[in-house]
Amino acid sequence: MPLNIEEIRATFPVLHQEVNGKPLIYFDNAATTQKPQSVLDALTGYYQNDNSNIHRGAHTLADRATRHYEETREGVKNFINANESAEVIFTKGTTESINLVASSYGRKFITKGDEIIISTLEHHSNIVPWQMLCEEKEAVLKVIPINDKGEILLDEFENMLSDKTKFVSIVHVSNALGTINPVKEIIKKAHQVGAKVLLDGAQSTNHLDIDVQDLDCDFLAFSAHKLYGPTGLGILYGKRSLLEIMPPYQGGGEMIKEVTFAKTTYNEIPFKFEAGTPNIADVIAFQKALDFISIIGKSNIKKHEDELLDHANETFGQIKGFVPVGTAAEKVSVVSFNINGMHPFDVGVMLDANGIAVRTGHHCTQPLMQRLGLEGTVRASFSVYNTKSEIDQMAVSLAKIAKIKNK
Amino acid sequence: MSSIQDIQDEIIEEFSILGDDKESTIYYIMELGGQLPQFPEEERVEENIIKGCQSKVWLTTREEGERIQYLADSNTDITKGLISLLIRVLSGRTPQEILKADLNFIDKIGMGNIIGSQRSNGLSAMIKQMKLYALAYQAKQNV
Repeated sequence: MPLNIEEIRATFPVLHQEVNGKPLIYFDNAATTQKPQSVLDALTGYYQNDNSNIHRGAHTLADRATRHYEETREGVKNFINANESAEVIFTKGTTESINLVASSYGRKFITKGDEIIISTLEHHSNIVPWQMLCEEKEAVLKVIPINDKGEILLDEFENMLSDKTKFVSIVHVSNALGTINPVKEIIKKAHQVGAKVLLDGAQSTNHLDIDVQDLDCDFLAFSAHKLYGPTGLGILYGKRSLLEIMPPYQGGGEMIKEVTFAKTTYNEIPFKFEAGTPNIADVIAFQKALDFISIIGKSNIKKHEDELLDHANETFGQIKGFVPVGTAAEKVSVVSFNINGMHPFDVGVMLDANGIAVRTGHHCTQPLMQRLGLEGTVRASFSVYNTKSEIDQMAVSLAKIAKIKNK
Repeated sequence: MSSIQDIQDEIIEEFSILGDDKESTIYYIMELGGQLPQFPEEERVEENIIKGCQSKVWLTTREEGERIQYLADSNTDITKGLISLLIRVLSGRTPQEILKADLNFIDKIGMGNIIGSQRSNGLSAMIKQMKLYALAYQAKQNV
């Protein structure tokens, strides 16, 4: 049965407004998705009814907050099919999750001359932490090249692998182009030389079914706010065997077992990695976002988004001067493009004047843009609440804009 | 020659005709950008790029007696339009006039709303750089 998109849209209050005198068309979902009413209600509901610091509280409110907080951990465990909820660590975002691994696992286990592999498609947050680690440890950062369509060259990756390869940190879905990487194969090949693998799932967890046990990734990093959840909340999944041998990332409350001035012993996972009062309200509200996804069903979401992608490729493709960027065979619902003779910023500002929100620029992937010989792109990214009619309206605006330089 | 304020009032008048329609305002700004005189290719160098702009903006000057002529270019049409407005107001003035100039037209035409906060920062960087040139010329003239 096809999804009732109007019914879904009705649960997202932010969508129902005018921007610059036009009905808002929100196509910046790869940057952040909007939040359903259930998530908003859970946020205010927590502060109105349950606000209390979690764990170690002897009173009812603390107990209630703790229970809800840990229920989300269980929810995330199910969402990614982790083996146990202790393997789910709450952070402040994908970026912090990656930094945690680079800092904790990396500083303990990476040594001089070791090699770490990333790809050309990475977001800066999956480049810089590894560069910092390599600099500190005199390790070597290697980069898997891509073809002109924006697909990783697997042969080149295989050639890079050796007994020196200690870590592979790879993006599951490219934020700038939407390319879906063959991560299962990458993980398998990396494991064959004994390397550990982190998946940057910031752009994949909202579109694709994720099963960390089936993928066999060692770590998975992603953000709640790209999954209809609140901002300021990220997740790090790690295999228990690895999390246990990793040193804490930050010191403070919650992460300790016993503190004396002579020595501190650390708490068990996941608490060892959650120093200080965590982001309780956002964690609790995130469960509602996970419920939203599971009620609609990820496969239904994916099907709808794929239809939007096909429709956009078809309609935008007819516009004179439209140049698609990133034409991988396997993609999520992201259309990155340029208009001949126009700067992406200008296209973005003119679309905004028509009430259409897109992202423009280098998308925090400057090395990728350099590889493609571009300063940036315009990126329209679709979500479950978007419609073909919105795409048609964008096509009308885009055609008018493109005409300025493409008569 | 009209005063800096006269020119600013002209611009305010032009933009008031466009009213609240953001789209036509942006088209108008881009059109203005298209009228910028050709930028000298030999001066399209790293040192002439204004720092703090998201898009690339090149700025250079010519000394004409006691007056400063500004020449600028950008890789985006909207930015070109913005800088053409600044040039219209400030170019051909003495360093003292430029340094004293209160560029009230920017707020009065609601530029912040039209171009957004990121570009507004860029616009401030352009003004700062134009005033820095004026300061340098003034120092030179006072020697």
